[in-house]
Amino acid sequence: MTIRALSTRLAAALALAAAPLAALAGPAVEATTKQPLNLHAIGMFFVFVLLTLGITYWAASRTKSTADFYTAGGGITGFQNGLAIAGDYMSAATLLGLTAMMYMQGVDAYIYMLSFFVGWPIILFLMAERLRNLGKFTFADITSYRLNQGKVRTMAAVSSLVVVCFYLVAQMVGAGQLIKLLFGLDYTVALFVVGALMMVYVTFGGMVATTWVQIIKACMLLIGGTTVAVLGFSQFGFSFEELTNRAMEIHRLGVNLLAPGSLLADPVTAISLGLGLMFGTAGLPHILMRFFTVTDAKEARKSVLFASGIVAYFFNVIAIMGLCAILIVGTNPQFFEGGEVGGKVIGGGNMIAMHLAQAVGGNLLLGFLSAVAFATILAVVAGLALAGASAISHDIYSRVIMKGTASEKTELRVSKFATIGLGVVAVLLGMAFEKMNIAFMVALAFGVAASANFPVLILSMYWKDLTTRGALAGGYFGLFSAVALVVLSKSVWVDVLGNAAPIFPYTQPALFSMPLAFLAAILVSLLDKSAEAQRERQAFGDQYVRAQTGVGAASAAAH
Amino acid sequence: MSSSMYAHIRSNPRFAELVARRTRFAVTLSAIVLVIFYGFVMMVAFAPDLVATRLFEGSNLTVGIALGLLQFVLFWVLTLIYVRRANGEFDDLNKEIVNAAWRSEQ
Repeated sequence: MTIRALSTRLAAALALAAAPLAALAGPAVEATTKQPLNLHAIGMFFVFVLLTLGITYWAASRTKSTADFYTAGGGITGFQNGLAIAGDYMSAATLLGLTAMMYMQGVDAYIYMLSFFVGWPIILFLMAERLRNLGKFTFADITSYRLNQGKVRTMAAVSSLVVVCFYLVAQMVGAGQLIKLLFGLDYTVALFVVGALMMVYVTFGGMVATTWVQIIKACMLLIGGTTVAVLGFSQFGFSFEELTNRAMEIHRLGVNLLAPGSLLADPVTAISLGLGLMFGTAGLPHILMRFFTVTDAKEARKSVLFASGIVAYFFNVIAIMGLCAILIVGTNPQFFEGGEVGGKVIGGGNMIAMHLAQAVGGNLLLGFLSAVAFATILAVVAGLALAGASAISHDIYSRVIMKGTASEKTELRVSKFATIGLGVVAVLLGMAFEKMNIAFMVALAFGVAASANFPVLILSMYWKDLTTRGALAGGYFGLFSAVALVVLSKSVWVDVLGNAAPIFPYTQPALFSMPLAFLAAILVSLLDKSAEAQRERQAFGDQYVRAQTGVGAASAAAH
Repeated sequence: MSSSMYAHIRSNPRFAELVARRTRFAVTLSAIVLVIFYGFVMMVAFAPDLVATRLFEGSNLTVGIALGLLQFVLFWVLTLIYVRRANGEFDDLNKEIVNAAWRSEQ
């Protein structure tokens, strides 16, 4: 296999899993046709919506200050936040995309899921407590702690918004396609439902409602996935030997089902893929924001412990689901177009998990899992909108434009308008991109998160010599190089712009743009001899004590 | 927060001790995770046959699956160990340092 083919495959796999719904939005979606109305799914989704609207109503009465809006007043416990983080991390693509990947690739998918999981311990050991001790509402609080507020905050807010917008559009397009398929609703109707509910959750309920939507969804996902896996596995007497023996007999990979294939064959790509996923996650604004919703560093650590436990558990559930699907879905003509076993799966590869649910639990379980998938999109979209709105209202409006003189009430109003604005933009872009392959948007979101947000964030926490000029150089360099590399790659240069060959051979830019951002930040900082830079270096001492001890950190609001 | 409070903490030898101990611990654990994980990735890339080897005769449990599962468990246990020590030992020491700084501040 050539490196080009490999990288394309890796990129496709990356988009499939990293990217909430990229896979659904990508090639797999083109087959999406409107299905008959799925009444079980709509009924269960309706229950979920009523429940979350009730919570939003309750949360609205508790959302008075900006701290309530951005961070639920810091009153979320470690366990609740762990569920919410896991919820933000496990998108509909995790459930659908990774099950399909296990079904197609066997053990390669298991190794792939491990690379997704392994970022969490690192985030805990190196970042979680410092984030909580230094930050208040957004991660820009940390980068601008001892640097020039206006310039650094603007930079951090711009890159956050870029990440949020690209991610949001990818989610919206995926949502529309998925709902057309699962619920039998129109694409546009689906976009409006998602956009409207997201606005209601965030504008009225702020972070309290968003967190609870996320928690409920995470529980539904765990229950739904576990039920399908247990019912499926029980058909093989819960015997791994029996399951794998029979799977190897019928799978096109044969005995190689349990041997690593080509997915991670090239060590350079494999390592950079792992690095990209790890640090992309550590730079996603909606995930970072979750560290400010807990009382203190102690609870922040606990939330990572719970989140990583849940994620690890769920990946193993998905592995079982994928293996069971090989036998249960893969041999049943009912799930193939024209009843031809081994042909085209009805609804495309991402429907494997749904077909499995129907095969083992009938329409009721199918309906439940469909409702879970919709709830998942809604929850992730709400989390993204909140992160975007805080970048606009807290960083740009309150800190840069008003220089800290805006009243809380005005800031709160601005964040609500920002949410509505983001919702409208998301729906409009979702319509505009309906027919396009938007997988590149997720590569962009991850690339920008890993290249623009992560290097500046980690340097500002760990490196005394970082200066404003260095942070700006690193941040903007990372942002522009990530965007430029994606534009020059196959996914935009060839697929969107119609050129013959890509200028940049890979689709995931992080591996190249991330080191560039680090280099730019470090070199510019070292060359910066200004008086301002001297003051910034001296201020590191106090920041360091606060990062280590939490003295002076924002405390939980009394409720 | 006044700068003198931070100065008090910084001059406390116990603070240097806390930072050194916590940093050493976090770096050691991170190194374990990175070495094991990237070691495994290298094994998948360079020795796929070894990864596909059955652990026991006649069993489908391969080295790759066993090592994968082991890493899921091991890395989670490492986070548990970190959280326990950080939320216990390190936080107690932290509290002691902060209280000492408050007293000398007044």
